[in-house]
Amino acid sequence: MSRPSSLIYDRQARSLVFQVLLILALVFGAWWLGSNTLVNLAAQGKTLGFGFLTQTSGFQINATLGTWLMEYNVGSSTYLDVYVIGIINTFLVAALGIIGATILGFTMGIMRLSKNFVIRSFATVYVEVLRNIPLLLQLFFWYFAVLRSLPNRRGQIEIFEGAAGINITGLYLPAPLPQDGAGIVGVAFIVFVIAAFWIGSWAKKRQYETGQRFPAFWAGVAIIFFGTALVYFVMGQPIDWSFPVFKDTGPLLRRGFQIGNGMAIIPEFIAVWLALTLYTAAFIAEIVRAGILAIAKGQTEASYSLGIRPGTTLRLVIIPQALRVIIPPLTSQYLNLTKNSSLAVAIAYPELVSIFAGTALNQVGKEIEMIGMMMIVYLTFSLLTAAFMNWFNARVKLVER
Amino acid sequence: MANARDKNYEFVRREDAPILPPPATEAGITGWLWQNIFVSMADYTSIGAGIRSLLMAILSVLILYFGGTQIYALIDFTIFSAVFSDPEGIKREACWTVDQGGVLPSGWHGACWPFVVAKQKFLLYGAYPAEDLWRVNLTGLVGLVGMVWVMIEKLPYRREVGAAMLTLYPLMAFILLTGGNSDAEFSNIGIWLVIGLAIISAGRLGKRGFLGPTFAEFATLIGFTGWVFLIFNAVRGVAAVDFGLEPIDTRDWGGLLITLVVAITGIVASLPLGIILALGRRSEMPVARLLSTIFIEFWRGIPLITVLFMASVMLPLFMPEGVNFDNLLRALIGVMLFSAAYMAEVIRGGLQAIDKGQYEGAQAMGLSYWQTMRLVILPQALTHVIPGIVNTFIGLFKDTTLVSIVGIFDLLGAAQSTIADPSWSSHVQALSVYVYVALLFFVFCFGMSRYSIYMENKLSKSRSH
Repeated sequence: MSRPSSLIYDRQARSLVFQVLLILALVFGAWWLGSNTLVNLAAQGKTLGFGFLTQTSGFQINATLGTWLMEYNVGSSTYLDVYVIGIINTFLVAALGIIGATILGFTMGIMRLSKNFVIRSFATVYVEVLRNIPLLLQLFFWYFAVLRSLPNRRGQIEIFEGAAGINITGLYLPAPLPQDGAGIVGVAFIVFVIAAFWIGSWAKKRQYETGQRFPAFWAGVAIIFFGTALVYFVMGQPIDWSFPVFKDTGPLLRRGFQIGNGMAIIPEFIAVWLALTLYTAAFIAEIVRAGILAIAKGQTEASYSLGIRPGTTLRLVIIPQALRVIIPPLTSQYLNLTKNSSLAVAIAYPELVSIFAGTALNQVGKEIEMIGMMMIVYLTFSLLTAAFMNWFNARVKLVER
Repeated sequence: MANARDKNYEFVRREDAPILPPPATEAGITGWLWQNIFVSMADYTSIGAGIRSLLMAILSVLILYFGGTQIYALIDFTIFSAVFSDPEGIKREACWTVDQGGVLPSGWHGACWPFVVAKQKFLLYGAYPAEDLWRVNLTGLVGLVGMVWVMIEKLPYRREVGAAMLTLYPLMAFILLTGGNSDAEFSNIGIWLVIGLAIISAGRLGKRGFLGPTFAEFATLIGFTGWVFLIFNAVRGVAAVDFGLEPIDTRDWGGLLITLVVAITGIVASLPLGIILALGRRSEMPVARLLSTIFIEFWRGIPLITVLFMASVMLPLFMPEGVNFDNLLRALIGVMLFSAAYMAEVIRGGLQAIDKGQYEGAQAMGLSYWQTMRLVILPQALTHVIPGIVNTFIGLFKDTTLVSIVGIFDLLGAAQSTIADPSWSSHVQALSVYVYVALLFFVFCFGMSRYSIYMENKLSKSRSH
């Protein structure tokens, strides 16, 4: 028999009461915020709703992959298109940034461990300088100080004669124009990639069973390259190239790169990509260095005493173990890079924050819906990353003894 | 048996061999150079090793060239080619080349320091009134002295100074920077103070058992509530006192001042919230755990810039009519919630590192949950994560630059707006001020990261025995 006052000493009862109070506080807080919002919205004559997504948008977006994929036209495209364009452009710069930062970061991380003083200290200076200067400042530096000092729109710096050039309006590269049959080449390429992987696993299996080795990597590269080239020529070269056209004669206003030829990459994209890549690479370099240092020296020594050469030791002994340490923080750097791509709003690269939560929000004025939609994109991405990390951690745990 | 030496054989050495100097490859400057640079490019015993050595040599030369030119370019830009003074007061023309109408040689490229000097006050304080700058300087000086005092281990009263830095200093900084004299009614504050005192005394009475057993159980909680009331209103009261300082609107603040205010307030305010969230995430109560986890993952999942957008656009919608925050306060709230989530994860790392025996030991001593945390777990966990906290602070310090996107002139925002000044316009205007700001940020962040590494080494040493 328990008196009511003894409930106080009951741990479970106390925690139950506390949790109920917590939920009540939460519900009350949500209700308070919600009712305030409704009152404020009513005072401003606004309503909630997603009807604006089907309205046509009235502003120009710089030509990028997003506008090209969505065939964006002022006056006929909707705000939903703007949203999708923002997402595409965000992930375009994030994906290319991740590729660049990974390559540069791994290079710098390994260079920091070099026995060669010149190489080691170069990487150290790189990491310390880039890590300790705010990303936004680096972005401004690339955009306002470097790319703005390029030749104006009537001039250019030629990179490859007739094929690539850069000026203040952007970087101009040849653009592939797929003709009839290009799809088959694409399919063939994918098939050859799969075949290369299949050869790799076959060679591994054979080596385990018979001890015979097979140069699977080079075979795979050869199959992908020559196979695709063969199909390409058999199909009658179904990809045309559109080269950028630069005029430096004729009427002054017609000089410069001609619109509609080649592929133009806007300077905002270059600045964001450069800044994200260089900044994140500094962090990745530190992660890689720490990961390799975390592997006990005995592993290297044991491998050497078995007569395995340094390069092979690195590839077969050190890196597989280091990756287990490297990949979790590396994933969170990828996540950071994706989130940091939102800084592009400062130089008006047309990504999600800039065009949807910036320009479109100013036109439509649906703060809650639009900022909510923007957050959902980032949240989804970070939850997916977290899910991957959990999966990966579970996987490497099994490998552990 | 006779020794070989005694027999006087001609081929037996009688003196010690002379001590030779170590090989040139092992000691001294040449040894260092050999081992750190040339050994990696001197192996030509096989074709593969030869190719590797050659590649290493080429790479070293390329990097030396590239790194050298970059460093020289920076030194040349900031020192050798830079314009240091503008004695005639001709502003932008002091940094113009002959082609642009100035006096510098064609193709000149160097820093325009007179421009940065002229904008110095704006970059450091924004539009803060010039005659009141002593207030900012005093705040900064006291903060610096206090911080250094806490960081140097040999000084006495470090604990007391630290406590003052966390309690009295923010109040002082607030009054000095804003001017205090808020328009709260003293009678109103007085009533709340009396209520606070009443609650505390009720708690005291309850503790002695005068008000029944049920009440006694909650005495601590009641006393705590009373103290919160008391302190909160005491702070309000002090802030409402007229010290004769000119009130200065936060719209006039700017530059480094804003950067430091946002970063330091963000980190200090996020500590208590971060501790609560970290404890919540490790709590045994499912609701508390779930809510903390959702909160943390939500803020960590979105970029800071969207948080600032939300704070500046949505926060006014969430508040009841008539409540209006100024721009800086909105950004501060956003930064605080954002960094609390990161802080919570750092602290959770510290909590997880505490041995289970510590919890069990505390329980065996009969300590309650809060006593365990306050007296046993948190002191250890927080010391563990000092490097992590410093790293979070560095990150936040750099991220503070984002407030310039929502229209607050922090150091970078101020720099960006000086570039728009046509009276100093030249082709090196942007670069000069960027280099200056980058240098400031680098000095702050690099210094702090060194301190964090130093702490890490010290802590790992003290942990290992």
